[in-house]
Amino acid sequence: MAIKTEEMVLNMGPQHPSTHGVLRLELILEGEIIQKVTPHIGYLHRCFEKHCEAMTYPQIIPYTDRMDYLAAMYNEFGYVIGVEKLLGIQVPERVEYIRVIMGELQRIASHLVAIGTYGADIGAMTPFLFAFRDREVILNLFEITCGARMLYNYIWVGGLSHDLHPDFVRLTREFITYFRPKIVEMNELLTTNRIFIERTANVGILPLETAINFGITGPMLRGSGFKWDLRKDDTYSVYNRFDFNIPIGEGKVGTVGDCWDRYYVRILEMGESLRLIEQALDQLPEGNVTSAIPKRIKPPVGSVYTRVENPRGELGYFIISNGTTSPFRVKVRGPSFVNLGIMDVLCKNHMVADVIAILGSVDIVLGEVDR
Amino acid sequence: MKSAEEIFNILKENFNDNIKELVKQPVDPYILCDPLKINEISLFLLSNEGLLFDNLMNLSGVDDANGMSTTTGSITTIEGGTLSVYYHMESTKFRHKVVLRVSTPREKPEASSVALVWRSADWHEREAFDLLGINFLNHPDLRRILMPYDWEAGYPLRKDYANPEFYHGMKVPY
Repeated sequence: MAIKTEEMVLNMGPQHPSTHGVLRLELILEGEIIQKVTPHIGYLHRCFEKHCEAMTYPQIIPYTDRMDYLAAMYNEFGYVIGVEKLLGIQVPERVEYIRVIMGELQRIASHLVAIGTYGADIGAMTPFLFAFRDREVILNLFEITCGARMLYNYIWVGGLSHDLHPDFVRLTREFITYFRPKIVEMNELLTTNRIFIERTANVGILPLETAINFGITGPMLRGSGFKWDLRKDDTYSVYNRFDFNIPIGEGKVGTVGDCWDRYYVRILEMGESLRLIEQALDQLPEGNVTSAIPKRIKPPVGSVYTRVENPRGELGYFIISNGTTSPFRVKVRGPSFVNLGIMDVLCKNHMVADVIAILGSVDIVLGEVDR
Repeated sequence: MKSAEEIFNILKENFNDNIKELVKQPVDPYILCDPLKINEISLFLLSNEGLLFDNLMNLSGVDDANGMSTTTGSITTIEGGTLSVYYHMESTKFRHKVVLRVSTPREKPEASSVALVWRSADWHEREAFDLLGINFLNHPDLRRILMPYDWEAGYPLRKDYANPEFYHGMKVPY
């Protein structure tokens, strides 16, 4: 007698701890094997782009914070670079250096969340607590700088809202010496953990050609073995003055481009960010951080597309100006939005439990996916 | 590494009238193309040996709002004019970039889909369809993406969009 079989539809989310927000994945299962994954997004949609059309250029900065709320500094960074290009203004050296320091601190903070929650998703609770303990130090640094811990409104068009706190340089150096051994600790705790490797190695393999065709960027693309980092390949701000490496996935415990590679690229990137911060602190020039802030921001007619290397990948802003004080159109190319589009390819023919491992390795922030 | 002019000339040779002009502006000059031929142009840009535009960085729909605008009370309506789509692409091998733009009439906004050329365009096109109502021909799965699937009040990013009063019995400007 033949056994009756049929496909099953399973909804993962919108409320699911491993979706890191409100995301619904519609899984089509054959037994325990995934046939198709359809992400349904938009639960956090607030039409950021429509809001922009009604606000002046500086007013938009706090809104950009609220897209990728784990990397708010970098969202501001990308946006102000775009507006400065439209205006055609140069910012003082000190501002550029502080932006780089903040951006890299933010990258570490964001990767710590990614790594910590990734462990927690898979079942390792301790790394999550360790990661958040270290992230706390960075958030304290941000707090003494601008008063806010998550949503800063710190990087302004043409400058910064405040200069650094007198203690900032000392505390940041202390953080660097404090944090270096913590990366080793994290490697001992999670990276080389047998169970963790079993769950992530050879899971969700992303071949390089597919990755490029899907527009995948950031640690995901580098995990697939492609040395591509906008800080080097389409350099902006003062990144060309620093010496740092671009880590890529090498398939150390599995295949190139699997979940473990994507995870490990983030670990290595934290070390590179520390190097960047160290160099930037050494070279930090004196100067006034508010002197170049324009009184009236009214860019000439034209459009610009700028992109920066956000912790999650390429964050692009397409800004059209019609010569007034508010933009005619702002389109955000969010790395999470684009990276999430590949879920179906990655999950095919994997087990249900692997969806969580794969989604965690993609590292999305729903605030930016939905905008 | 090719400049926008060189890419424009190569395209002009191969596609004649479907490539309209190279619009120069202080940053990012763009090439104006035919909306119904954009899939062929894209495929050419991707597969041509000397160009290899393998990465579509961004695709954005824009309401140009260049038609006749009439305002009665608080409601603005725009008639005529165009909606546009901008394509930002680059080659990871040659490191050159180009911007294409297509403009399509507001009454019947149609452009051919490039989602099968670059898969990254899939969600970007769905977003442009969702927020601006641009219809991408031959798109594999053209549905709303950010707005609710049953949103019937139109396309929010159009300049003459007005919020509905109620959505499923809930007051919208609450």
